[in-house]
Order: sequence, then C-alpha cells, then structure tokens
Amino acid sequence: MSGGERDRRGEQQPGSRRTATPDVIVCAGGPVLLRGEHVVCDEDGTAHRTRRPVSAVCRCGKSADKPWCDGTHKAVPDKYRP
Amino acid sequence: MARLPKPRGPLSEETFAALAEGRPLLVSMEAAAAGAAVDAAEDRALTLWTLDELSYRGYPEVDDRREWDPAVVALRRELEDELEDRLRERWPGPPAYDGESTGGFPDAFLAEMEAHDGPALARFLERTASVDQMLEFLQVRSLYHLKESDPVSWTIPRLPTGPRAALMELQYDEYGCGRPERLHAQLFADGLAAVGLDPAEGSYVDLAPLEILEQNNAMSLFGLNRRLRGAALGHLAAFEATSSAPCRRIAAALARLEMAPEIREYYEEHVEADAVHEQLAARTICGSLLAAEPAVEDDVWFGAFTCLDLEDRVGTHLLERWTEQ
Repeated sequence: MSGGERDRRGEQQPGSRRTATPDVIVCAGGPVLLRGEHVVCDEDGTAHRTRRPVSAVCRCGKSADKPWCDGTHKAVPDKYRP
Repeated sequence: MARLPKPRGPLSEETFAALAEGRPLLVSMEAAAAGAAVDAAEDRALTLWTLDELSYRGYPEVDDRREWDPAVVALRRELEDELEDRLRERWPGPPAYDGESTGGFPDAFLAEMEAHDGPALARFLERTASVDQMLEFLQVRSLYHLKESDPVSWTIPRLPTGPRAALMELQYDEYGCGRPERLHAQLFADGLAAVGLDPAEGSYVDLAPLEILEQNNAMSLFGLNRRLRGAALGHLAAFEATSSAPCRRIAAALARLEMAPEIREYYEEHVEADAVHEQLAARTICGSLLAAEPAVEDDVWFGAFTCLDLEDRVGTHLLERWTEQ
C-alpha cells in the first residue's frame, strides 16, 4: 500500500483505491466476528482469550458457550435476534 | 494408506484388479449397467470413490502414476459426468431473493439454510440410538471426517484473491493452526481409536452405503474440477451452516451413551468452530467469490443444495435401516 492512502493514524482516506479488510464483522441476526487474538470480557467479568483465527462472539445472549456463539441465535424468534 | 475396497460389481471388480495388477484398464460403463439398478449404482459409486482416492492418499498396491493414466482419467470423467447429471437433475434451481437488499447474498443464503429441515438423524442419535448404531454412524462418517476439509482445498489455487485469502483463513483453523494434533481429521481419528474403532483411512469403506459414497464423490467432483469451484464453496457454506446444532446433539448422544470423551470433544469442537465457519463461508468466502465472479452464483446454490440433499439422503437411509431393526 502506498503512503498516500492512509493518514498517520492509519485511518482510511476518502478515495483510497483499497478498502481495508475489516477485522470486526457484525453479522445480521447473529454473532460479531473478531479476527486475531483478543481477550473478551463477559457479563460476569470473566476474561476469555480467543483460541482460533477468527472467533464469533454471541450477541443474542442465548449461547450455551458464552461468550462464544454456538449457533443458538437461529432458534431465537426474528424480533428478538440482534 | 488404505487397501483397495472390496468390489461390488463387474466395473469395480475389473477396475480394482487392473490397478492392483498393474495392467491396462479396459472397462466400459456398459459392463456396469448390466446388473440390477441399485447394485450397478453402488458399483459405479464405489469405483469413482476408489479412483478419486488416487488423488488423495493412494493405495500401497497401486502405482501412484495411475492417477493420471489416460484410461483411468477417462473412466473417472465418465463416472463424474454421470454423477453431475444426476445431481443437477435433483436440483430445483436457485431460490429467488432480492440481491439489492441490505444483507445481499450472505443473509439470503444463511436464511435459506436455516429454513431447511432435514430428517431427524441427529435427534434420533441424541435420544434413541444404541451404542451399536452410534458406532455404525461413526464408521460410515469416517470416510469424510478422515479427510475433512481436503476436498475443498483443491479449489484454493483456482480462486480470485478475496475468496482465496478467506478460504485459507477457515482452512487454517480446520487444519489445526499448525498443530497436527488439533487438525480436525486427526481429532476424529483420535475419537475413533478411543471408542475402539480403526482410525486408518478407508477402514470402513466396505460398510458405506450408496448414499455415503455419493456424498463423498460429490465433494471430490466439486473440488477437483476448477469449473465447479462455485459449487465447492456453496457446498462448504451449506455444510458449515447446518453443522453446529447437529454436532451439539451428537455430543449429547455420546455423553448419554457414556462413550469415550475424545470422540465427544470432536463434536464439541465443531459446535463452536462451525458457528464461526458458517459466517465466514457465507460472507467472506462465498460473498467475496460472488463479488469477483458473479457468473458462478448458480453453481454456489447448486453446491449448497447438493450438500443438504445428499445429507438428507444419508439421514433417511440410516433412520430407515435402524427403525427396521
């Protein structure tokens, strides 16, 4: 990437030819994906270290494996899905 | 490396003998068509499965060069064409959705996968199956799980940049992130050994019904033919999108039957892994493939349908077999 495409803080400049690949992806009705290593703090204050290249964090609140997504959002009625 | 399977008819008999004895392959599809319809279909499916294996791990008794023997390639092509024709006949065509809607293809795809309701195989395993039925399930599933993720790896050098990077991200996880003991196929092999089954590849191919052979052959067909890369990725996305919930039920079944924890860990790993992988497959993999190559969209849907349809056929077959017992 040439120097002109980002400013000093690394933010994307308007008109840049390349769009940076997002590392956090919010999935409609489902989890949020996190690329890379993170420590995720759950509602109880417990810290969980990510353990795969991309992790899915539960947003529907119904996962049996929180803070990670286990696909349970599919069983949640549409109006209660994130 | 596995031994050659037991032949199931004239086509596989002649093909396996020619491979093992190192003599030219002189067979015709007509020879295979002579038997009863079901037997002939099994004979052809087993022959294709065995020939495809030459591209995966091979056989100790077969010269590795036979993979590209023109006569072997010609027979594979004939069997593949016949399989593809049959799979396409079963396919009702792509679903209608609003491509301009906010979520576009990935959301439409995941909604379509959620709407699919297959036979209750995982529910039967969870609540009712005996230890023997569970062992049979693991045996016939081993054909796929022992080469898990391998068929779609054939597509990697055939993809545009975006989906190539995205597929590698998913495959890196499938292949254990550099740790062989975490490679998913190895986790399954460890699970098989822990429940007293043979973890060597091909150990249970002789037990595999037509539906299992066809399911595995379809994955190799999509993976090994560059023109079908869309179908390969659609198949992957459908597989991942319909995996988490059944894996949770199977893990529960294994706990109910008090079977070895190693095999349960395989399924528990897949509840979490596939919740990530289904999003990656639909969004970063298929989504970016369609952005780069919109012309393959129909093939993506075809591959996804084929995945669900073949899995339904496997489920129906096993449930019918077990409820007759």
